[in-house]
Amino acid sequence: MSGYILEMNSITKEFPGVKALSDVNIKVEKGEIHCLIGENGAGKSTLMKVLSGVYPFGTYQGDIIFEDEVQQFNEINDSVKVGIGIIYQELALFPDLTVYENIFAGNEITKGPFVDWNETIVQATRMLKKVKLNVTPETLIKDLGIGKQQLVEIAKALSKDVKLLILDEPTAALNENDSENLLELLKELKNQGISCIMISHKLKEVISIADKATVLRDGKTICTLDAKKGEITESIIIKNMVGREIEDIYPKRLDKKVGETVLKLTDWSAYDVQLGRKVAKNVNLEVKKGEIIGIAGLMGSGRTELALSIFGNPKNYKLQGELEVHGEKKSFKHTSDAIKAGIAYVTEDRKGDGLFLIQDIKSNVSAAHMKGISKKGILNLNEEVKVGTDYKKSLNIKASSLEQVVGKLSGGNQQKVSLGKWLFTGPKILILDEPTRGIDVGAKFEIYTIMNALIKEGLSIIMISSELGEIMGMSDRVYVMAEGAIKGELAIEETTQETIMELATQ
Amino acid sequence: MNLFTEAKSIVKANIRDYGMYIALIVIMLTFTIRTDGLFISSRNISNLLDSAGYIAVLAVGMTLVIVIRHIDLSVGFVAGFLGAVAAIFMTQLGFSMWITIPVILLLGILVGCFNGFLIAQLGIPSFVATLAGMLIFRGALLNVTEDTGTIIINNDQFNAIGNGFIPSLMLVNGLHLLSLLVGVAAIILYVYSEISTRKNKMIYGFDVMSSGVFLMKLVLVSAVIAYITWILAGYNGFSWTMVIMLMVVVIYHFLTTKTVLGRNIYAVGSNPEAAHLSGINVKRITYIVFGSMGMLAALSGLLFTSRLQSATTTAGTLFELDAIAAAYVGGVSAAGGVGRVTGAIIGAVVMASLSSGMNLLGTGISYQYMIRGGVLAVAVIFDVMTRRQRA
Repeated sequence: MSGYILEMNSITKEFPGVKALSDVNIKVEKGEIHCLIGENGAGKSTLMKVLSGVYPFGTYQGDIIFEDEVQQFNEINDSVKVGIGIIYQELALFPDLTVYENIFAGNEITKGPFVDWNETIVQATRMLKKVKLNVTPETLIKDLGIGKQQLVEIAKALSKDVKLLILDEPTAALNENDSENLLELLKELKNQGISCIMISHKLKEVISIADKATVLRDGKTICTLDAKKGEITESIIIKNMVGREIEDIYPKRLDKKVGETVLKLTDWSAYDVQLGRKVAKNVNLEVKKGEIIGIAGLMGSGRTELALSIFGNPKNYKLQGELEVHGEKKSFKHTSDAIKAGIAYVTEDRKGDGLFLIQDIKSNVSAAHMKGISKKGILNLNEEVKVGTDYKKSLNIKASSLEQVVGKLSGGNQQKVSLGKWLFTGPKILILDEPTRGIDVGAKFEIYTIMNALIKEGLSIIMISSELGEIMGMSDRVYVMAEGAIKGELAIEETTQETIMELATQ
Repeated sequence: MNLFTEAKSIVKANIRDYGMYIALIVIMLTFTIRTDGLFISSRNISNLLDSAGYIAVLAVGMTLVIVIRHIDLSVGFVAGFLGAVAAIFMTQLGFSMWITIPVILLLGILVGCFNGFLIAQLGIPSFVATLAGMLIFRGALLNVTEDTGTIIINNDQFNAIGNGFIPSLMLVNGLHLLSLLVGVAAIILYVYSEISTRKNKMIYGFDVMSSGVFLMKLVLVSAVIAYITWILAGYNGFSWTMVIMLMVVVIYHFLTTKTVLGRNIYAVGSNPEAAHLSGINVKRITYIVFGSMGMLAALSGLLFTSRLQSATTTAGTLFELDAIAAAYVGGVSAAGGVGRVTGAIIGAVVMASLSSGMNLLGTGISYQYMIRGGVLAVAVIFDVMTRRQRA
C-alpha cells in the first residue's frame, strides 16, 4: 500500500493544435484535502476531466492509479463506480425536481422494476443530515439558494459511496457564509476518511483548508506545496502561479501618443434581473484615444458583463450611472446604437455568439456593417467579395477561399474573422474580450501586432483578459475587477502579476 | 481543366441544390415513361402547376420562418379563413375584387404580425403560439361559413385567378403567342442578368467559370425555360396562378439573396445571439418574417378560393403541413440559417408531381401517402448526409 488514494503520473493531453497538459503529476493521500491552483487555462479543469473519464482512456497519455490499481475509465460512470465523484462549477441538478429525486437521479433505489420512493426519501434524509443541510427532502431544487444546492450535489456524491470528491471552484458563486459552511463540511468529510481535490482561485480558502496544494501553469505541474512544511502561503503560491517571465511574445509599441478621453463611465452599475444581483458595481473608468486599457480579473468577476452593459446592453440589465462617448452622454437602446457610436465588441465566445459558423468568411465579415456593402438596402455582392478579400489579406486569414465556411477554420483564423467583422464597422473604441483565448502562440502574436497597428491609427482598445502575461505585455493601464467592482487601477509601470493577483483575489 | 471536369466539380460543390433539380427530373421522367407521355402533356403540366400554386406560395413563406428557427402551424386555416372572408366581401358585401384582394392581404399581414408579437415580444414558442392560431382560425372559418355553408362566388374576374389563363393575343401554329413572348422575355432576362453578373465579377477581377461552362449553363437553363413555355403554350398558355407564383418567387428570391433584409434573416437563423451582438434587431426580423408569412397565407387563401370558385368550411385543412413538407423537400434546415426560396418552389412542384403522377397511374390513396412520406424522409436524409460531408 502506497498510502496514496490517487496518483496521476505523466498525464499528457493534446487537443488539435494545443497541448493542454504535458507530463502532469499529482498525488493525493488518503484523507487529505488537496488544492489544485493555477491561472485560467493552466489545465486544471482538463486534468479533472481526464480523471473523471470525460476524456476516455486512450485520448491521453499517462497513468491513473486509484487505490493502488491502474484505472482505465471509458466514461464517467466508470470513475463513479470506483468512488470518484466530481462536482462541476455549473451544477448538474434538475431545478424542477425535489431534493430526494435529485440526490438519487441516475442511481435510483429500486424494488423490483419500480422505484422505491419511501426508501429513497429515508436515504435522502440521511444524506442531508450528513451534509448538514436542514431542508425537507421534498423541497424543490429551484427553491434553494445556490449554497444549499451545492450541498445537495455533495449529498448526491456521498450517496454513491464516494472516496475521492473533486470540487471545481465550489465557492465561486457562494457568499461568505455559505463558503465557510462548505469548507467546514469538507474538513468533516476528511475526518470521515473522504479525500478531496478542490480547484480554487481564492487563495485565502486554500490557505485555510489545504493539506497539500499542487500548482499548474501552462499545462505543467510546477510544484506541490505541503502545509505541514509551511509552504502554503500567499506569496509562495502567487510566485509559483505566475512564475514565468514575459517573453518576447508581445510586440513593442514604440511611439505612444495618448489623446483625449473617448469613453468614460461614472458610477456605472448594471443589475441582472435574472440573477437578481448587480453584475457591475459603481464602476468608474476612463479610456483615452490611442490607449490599450487592460481589464484583469478572474472568471466571473463581471468583466464581460461590464463590456456588454456598455455595448448596447443586449442582456437587458438595469443600468445606472453615466456613459460618455467622445464627451457625449449616451444611452444605447440596442447594440446597433453602440455600433453607430463607434464601439465594437469582439466576444470571448466566438463560436457561441460571435460568428455565423455555417456561413462563409465574406458574409461573416460584412454581417455587422451591411451599410458598407449596400445601397438603399440592396446588396452589392461584388463589393462584399472585395471587402472580404481585403480583410483576408490584411489580417492574414488562412483559408482556401472566401467561400470557406467559418466553422471549419482553426481557432486563430476564426478569431481573425471575428476581428475583421468588427474592424469593418469602422470602430473608434474596440472592446476585445479574451482576444487570444484558445489560439496558438503564432496567431496570438499576429493579433497583438494588429492591435498595435490599430492603436497607431488612433483607435482605443479595451482588452479583457485572464492571461496576466497578456495584460502586462499589451496594456498601457490596467483595471482589476473582482465581484463586479473595480478593485484597483494600476499604471503599467507599477503593475506586477502579484499586485494584480492580490487585487483579483480580494 | 476541361469542360466536363469543371462542370462536374461545380455540380459536386452544389450537390444539395442541384440534387433537388435532378430528383425532380427523375420523378418527371419516370412518370412520363410509366404513363406513355401522358404526364408530360401540356394539359397535365398546366394542371399540375396550377394545383401546386397555393401550397408553393405558403412554402416560400414557411421556408423563411424555418430559416429563423420557427414554425407556423396557423397558415392553413388562416388561408381558409381569409379566403372565406374574401368570398363574403365579394358576395355578401358587394366589394369589388380590386378592393377585396389588398384588404385580405393586409389582414394576412396583421395576423402574421400578431403571431410575431406572441413569439418575439412575449417569447412564446412559435409551435404553441401558432398551434393556438390554427385552432382559433379553424373555429373562425367554421363560424363565418356556419349559416351559409359553402359560399359560391360568381365573380368571373376573381375566379380567373385560380382557373384562367393570360390572354393569348393570337394563335401561332396552335401555340399561344403571349405565352411564347413571356417565355422569350424570361429567357432574355435570364441571359442578360447572368451575363451582367459575370461582367461585373470580371470588372472586380474575380474568378468566373470558364466561358465554355458558362455557355453550357446558359443554353441548358434557356432550353428548360423554352421547353416549359412550349408545353404550356400548346394548351392554354400561362395561367394567372403561374404568373402570381412566378412573381412571388422572383420577388422573394431577390429579397433573400440581394438585400440587407434577406441577409439579416439568414444571420438571425444561423446564430441569433451573434446577430443581436452584430446590431441586427432580431425582434424586428421575427415580425417581418411572420408578417410576410401571414401575407402569403392570405394569398394562398385567395388562390385556393378562386380555384374552387367558392369558400368551403374545410378550406385550408393540412395546408400548413404540405407547405412544411415542401419547404423541407426544398432543402430548408431545421437547425436554421439554411434554405432557399427557389428550393421551396421546387419542393412544392415535386410534391405536386408525385400526386399528379400517381393519380394518373391510378395508385391507391393509401400508397400515395406512404410514397409522399417516403420522399420527404429521403429528401431530409439526403440533406443531412450532404451537410455532414461538408461540415
